[in-house]
Amino acid sequence: MELDKIEEKDLKMGKANQDVFSEIMQELAATDRNIIAVTSDSRGSGKLVPFGKNYPKQIVEVGIAEQNLVGVAAGLASAGKKTFAVSPACFLTARSFEQIKNDVCYSDNPVTLVGISAGVSYGALGTTHHSLHDYAALRAVNNIIIVAPADNFETEQAVRLAAESKIPVYMRYGKKAMPFLSQENKTFEFGKGRIVREGEDIAIIATAETVYPAWLAAKKLEDEHSIKATVVSMHTIKPLDTDLLDQLAANGRPIVTVEEHMVNGGLGEACASYLMQKGMHNKFKIIGIPDEYTVTGSQIEIFNHYGISEEGLKNTALNLLNQ
Amino acid sequence: MTDKELKLKSVFLRKNLLKYIYKAKAGHTGGSLSCVDILNVLYNRVLNVDPKNSKNPNRDIYIQSKGHCVEALFVTLADRGFFPESDLETLCQYQSHYIGHPTKKVNGVEQNTGALGHGLPICVGEAIAAKLDDKKHRVFTLLGDGELPEGSNWEAFLSASHYKLDNLYAILDNNKQQITGYNKDVMNTDCIREKLEAFGWSVKDVDGHNLEELEKALNSGPFEEGKPNFIIAHTIKGKGISYMEGVTKWHHGVPSPEQYELAVSELTEAGSLI
Repeated sequence: MELDKIEEKDLKMGKANQDVFSEIMQELAATDRNIIAVTSDSRGSGKLVPFGKNYPKQIVEVGIAEQNLVGVAAGLASAGKKTFAVSPACFLTARSFEQIKNDVCYSDNPVTLVGISAGVSYGALGTTHHSLHDYAALRAVNNIIIVAPADNFETEQAVRLAAESKIPVYMRYGKKAMPFLSQENKTFEFGKGRIVREGEDIAIIATAETVYPAWLAAKKLEDEHSIKATVVSMHTIKPLDTDLLDQLAANGRPIVTVEEHMVNGGLGEACASYLMQKGMHNKFKIIGIPDEYTVTGSQIEIFNHYGISEEGLKNTALNLLNQ
Repeated sequence: MTDKELKLKSVFLRKNLLKYIYKAKAGHTGGSLSCVDILNVLYNRVLNVDPKNSKNPNRDIYIQSKGHCVEALFVTLADRGFFPESDLETLCQYQSHYIGHPTKKVNGVEQNTGALGHGLPICVGEAIAAKLDDKKHRVFTLLGDGELPEGSNWEAFLSASHYKLDNLYAILDNNKQQITGYNKDVMNTDCIREKLEAFGWSVKDVDGHNLEELEKALNSGPFEEGKPNFIIAHTIKGKGISYMEGVTKWHHGVPSPEQYELAVSELTEAGSLI
């Protein structure tokens, strides 16, 4: 497998993934009038104000009505439009869950559902605005790809692929600027995780905005403890890259998963389920938001509280190695 | 097809939907009987659809929001040539595509429906797409009055008028009953004309069992330029079978052998009087 690992010297700060989404949407719309964004009073938070100004016939506003958002998007997709339904992930995947299940997935209308400000991006706005259920909910629905890009490169590639996908896609990302965890000119495929750092002692499988703290933790493990960790950006939660899981588990190293999602039903449990059924007995730890009332605070404070951080993940790795 | 043949078709479709519900020992009998005249008129006098080219991009779109009354849709599609009627022998059987709600695996079915309050938002999307592409086809949906309390319908009512979708036709099968009893007792949806007009729709009332009235209304749109069209079809649940008309238990009741024979004889007699 071709590695896509990034060296520290290459690490540079990018934009927020939502800004990349906005740019690529405009680029695609310039040459394809079938590109349509559907919003629920969410064009501002979805960074689609310039898109709406430049392509007023390619944005459909439904107001704050998420069920209708997804139903209308399904109708547009059925009529041949390359439709992106853009709304905060918390509302998009809960309020309109039945529309996603029936009108998009079951009816095979290839809408791209874009969950903005995902996970705990809204921080202190609280649980109403957090999406810690979306991987679990949509993993239980047939006929949808679940993608959580880690950086600008993955976001750009995911948007381009989603526009042409014949299968519905759910894509989610947060609000803050992300460092590039990709080398230039690398390939990107749905369902194929990317190794961003390589080491044989332990594997950290992360997704979306947790890949960066996982990468930092891996570096610290090496610098402070001479422990070499592989870090994976498992950008596609479904379908899961089981070939890569086989490869990671093969040498018996401990595995840590990390996600901005409740520990129930997300990336970690998906990996655990696969590996257990394969008969693998690697030490295994799922890091995410536990099944409790989520602590209040900013995104970074919540991350730190639950150990989704350089220090927290380093300690998790050490504890697992010492068990 | 003459007007007389169209009326006879309604009798034939009623007989057929009862036949397959009776065979399958399952189905939504009362609602299928209340909406089958609407479907007969739609597929034989209104919709520009071609069974041999069912994905023609210029076709009219019909999406049945009250998906549970699929038996009325299936017998109408079969009669119109979308698939052999013999396929319905498998209705609700293991591995059949002919299940208890519409599925796109059946030729002529536009969307998978069955959960209520879903048809209209999808139709809004279809109608917006037609406007964006300057296409002239029309988009139709059939709503049950029992599904009106679903909030998604009201979200879609708002957006249809906001986008001036005069290419959109929502037909209400206003049979006044649902599984628990009368709508007015379960959740009152009275004054539907006033409600829809307040939401910016143009509304017509028709006798939902009068084929001429239905055809006239459905082919006379847009009722007002720039407004979506709403047709309140006043119907009777269980229409055409004396012991089913207006009796709530026939919502998804299946006739016994004796009841089935009586229903067939009543329909045969009704046909002979046309």
